[in-house]
Amino acid sequence: MKYSIIQFPGSNCDHDSFYIPHIRGHKVEMIWHKETNLKDPDIVFLPGGFSYGDYLRAGAIAKFSPIIGEVVKFANRGGYVIGVCNGFQVLTETGLLPGALMMNKHLKFICKHQHIRVENNTTSFTSKAKAGQVLDVPIAHKEGNYYIDEAGLTQLKDNGQIVFRYCDVAGNLSEKSNPNGSKDNIAGLCNIKGNVLGMMPHPERAAEDVVLSGDGAVIFESLEASFQ
Amino acid sequence: MAQIEISPEIIAEHALNTQEYQQILTILGRTPTITELGIFSVMWSEHASYKNSIKYLKTLPRDGDNLLAKAGEENAGLVDIGDNLAVSFKIESHNHPSALEPYHGAATGVGGILRDIFTMGARPVAALNSLRFGNPDSPKVRHLINGVVSGIADYGNCFGVSTVGGEVYFEESYTGNPLINAMAVGIVEHQNVATAKAEGEGNFVVYVGAKTGRDGIHGATFASVELTDESEEKRTAVQVGDPFMEKLLLEATLEVINAKLLVGIQDMGAAGLTCSSSEMAGKTGAGIELDVALVPQRETGMSAYEIMLSESQERMLMIVEPDKFNAVIEIFEKWDLHAVKIGHVTGDGKLRVLKNGKQVAEIPASPLVLGGEAPVYDREFAEPAYIAKLKEFDQNALPQPKDLNAILLKLIGCANIASKKPVYSQYDHMVQINTMVEPGSDAAVIRVKGTNKALAMCTDCNGRHVYLNPYEGTKGAVAEAARNVACSGAKPLAVTNCLNFGNPYKPEVYWTFVEAVRGMGDACRAFETPVTGGNVSFYNENPTGAIYPTPTIGMIGILEDADCAITQEFKQAGDIVLLLGELTGHIGGTEYLKTIHGKIDGEPPHVDLSAEANLYKVMCSLTGKRLLKSAHDSSDGGVAITLAECCFKHDGSNLGAEVTLPALSRDDFALFGEQHSVVVISASMDVVDEITRICEDGKVKLTKLGKVGGLKLMINNVIDAELTNLRYAWENGLKL
Repeated sequence: MKYSIIQFPGSNCDHDSFYIPHIRGHKVEMIWHKETNLKDPDIVFLPGGFSYGDYLRAGAIAKFSPIIGEVVKFANRGGYVIGVCNGFQVLTETGLLPGALMMNKHLKFICKHQHIRVENNTTSFTSKAKAGQVLDVPIAHKEGNYYIDEAGLTQLKDNGQIVFRYCDVAGNLSEKSNPNGSKDNIAGLCNIKGNVLGMMPHPERAAEDVVLSGDGAVIFESLEASFQ
Repeated sequence: MAQIEISPEIIAEHALNTQEYQQILTILGRTPTITELGIFSVMWSEHASYKNSIKYLKTLPRDGDNLLAKAGEENAGLVDIGDNLAVSFKIESHNHPSALEPYHGAATGVGGILRDIFTMGARPVAALNSLRFGNPDSPKVRHLINGVVSGIADYGNCFGVSTVGGEVYFEESYTGNPLINAMAVGIVEHQNVATAKAEGEGNFVVYVGAKTGRDGIHGATFASVELTDESEEKRTAVQVGDPFMEKLLLEATLEVINAKLLVGIQDMGAAGLTCSSSEMAGKTGAGIELDVALVPQRETGMSAYEIMLSESQERMLMIVEPDKFNAVIEIFEKWDLHAVKIGHVTGDGKLRVLKNGKQVAEIPASPLVLGGEAPVYDREFAEPAYIAKLKEFDQNALPQPKDLNAILLKLIGCANIASKKPVYSQYDHMVQINTMVEPGSDAAVIRVKGTNKALAMCTDCNGRHVYLNPYEGTKGAVAEAARNVACSGAKPLAVTNCLNFGNPYKPEVYWTFVEAVRGMGDACRAFETPVTGGNVSFYNENPTGAIYPTPTIGMIGILEDADCAITQEFKQAGDIVLLLGELTGHIGGTEYLKTIHGKIDGEPPHVDLSAEANLYKVMCSLTGKRLLKSAHDSSDGGVAITLAECCFKHDGSNLGAEVTLPALSRDDFALFGEQHSVVVISASMDVVDEITRICEDGKVKLTKLGKVGGLKLMINNVIDAELTNLRYAWENGLKL
């Protein structure tokens, strides 16, 4: 399998997003945002960070980077794209995913371990997880408050696009288990075709034994299963 | 501008005394220009010259087998950790800017220390912050706390460094003068270590990074005077940071360093272009000539004086061989940064400044810099009157409280002891995916990628202890830092320090400084943890008086095997709880004495250096053999607080214990007394014999206290507390 990691000025999870597929034995290439060649990947990874310093709005300037046109074409051809944190923000800004990510309800940056529930385990990103499985995957963001209008939310639900929801350790959804005010506790979603995933929690930060949680590895395992 | 006459008022405004001005006249053999006066003023400020501290700093142990750069030689200390890697780390203050402009003051403090690390060629992997404020119940103090914390968060988070540790203390003495000490830690391969020197006549002097503006002019001088009511008018001395620019600068800088394109590099921090150019020139005796008109500027009409003294952030000065200049430009262009040649290296040992080709300053570089002929003073010192009175304190005269459960609940919820999660949850403490032990335990632990090693790190200082006895209090700061690192499974390796004191011209203040440095030296020698560098911040005073003397210690420890890292929380019901060291029930200077009895009095606990050093060796041996499930050192609030904290698991759940402490003359002394060299450990029953043998061999007293289990903390029939209640008080004691 080959991953291409898109590197914007200000990306700061680019090395992390490189590292995990790398130690799992995949080919990984760092693609500078000024390039226009994705180098033939199986998966495009938009990493977390502060592309363009989050100026204007998180992800708003990155969508004008030369490489983004190629990412959109790749996604429209059915290629797998995953955007984490700032990468998710870039995906909503480019329109590859619906909705928007606003400032957290409490207006502060928050970094912590967060439980999320797998709402749809039929996607290529979650096929190795059990339906309803609770994962500990850390969050670290100031603009993770997912918003979509009611009609859009109905569509997400009808199409099974909601992939992860914020929950407590037992898998219960509540306002208390929602760390940022996201609509309907949404932590991650995919497009209708299911080949583009955006999520605020960082699976790459929970994919090894050496850190406190290894629960995020299931996403990398699922992708590996899709390419077997 | 060139014709400004140097009057006594102008000299005084530059914080230079008569004797220093005479020295300038002797060095130059003529009256200085205003630009030259400005340059002398910032270079001879305490911040850059250490003129009132260097005599004592030189007494600190600065040698060690694994030190690759000694204190003061480079931008930051450098310690070999094997595997062809070195760790670079340093702590620095940004107290005065943060007092006036908390958000930007704290943010640029973080930016400055990160630049110190990556100009060494090291990628910053962790940051820590040691913060001190007045009473958090005051709205003005809360404004400061929130500004400082969000400034640190926004800068570090955007830059992409894991902010993994530090401390937050509250004492009245910091009310008008908070302490913001930022520490950064980086890792570099040996062959990529960069140096801060100008060499090779004809080599280019190259400027890169943000454009120069009028912000921060005289920041270094400003850091060297007391805060007064008029200080608010000096707001232009506070710089504004841009972490995005810093991130670009980091990546581009490491790229040019790793490509071996540089002769030397230094960041423009305090005293900006002046400090970087004169220090690089002064270090080798080479000399630099530069033209300020070539410096990228974001404002029009700036004078040579302003450009030389500006403290605009995110700028670097580099020395580049002419034939490598184009390659350097190319790398910076990739990151949308512009490297500009502003001068060249000469051979005459002078710092020569031109503006549009016309000379505005020419000063021999050596007298400007530390180790050259910059002034060095030996200040007068005298023991303050309050010290003698402390001896009258008698802890046995304190009223004996009846309800010790209520006392425990109150203490665990007081701001100094309460959970600091409201602070550290705003810091990204996981980016770079190295964080093995997250904030909230004794020390943070990060793995070193590509090796089996890990680094433990912390900052420590109990300012109240230092106030009561600067010598013992500072020994205690080093001891606690080393103990915290040892409790995480690491061997204490080396120290950086940030010495926050009042006005050194006051003999009573200077005495606390001299005593503190003496204590640090003794402790660092005993623990074989050399001092690799640091920072002195004097003049931390406000109209109500000086701060508590606060020599913050930043400690790095190494785990040869990352798997040996442990945390403070109990792991499993049925495990045995044991005590290393001996409870003395010492009450002078404790949190208990202040919070419950309303007194700041008595001697602080003293450190028995050899007992403490034995403890680290035993801890190393116990953790290295993986005999322990948890370890937590006893500090603020005494062993009752230590035990309670062991019961609070990082994931939000609780696990209790039932223990019996050795009997002392009073229960409150046993529970809440503070003493050094004490650690609470837990282990499974079947290894207790081996632990006992190791402690006997290592001359560390071991006492069996009880067992892990349940959802209560029970101590000696006097404490019977539901953990949910204790945890609620602990988690809600500090509201931001």
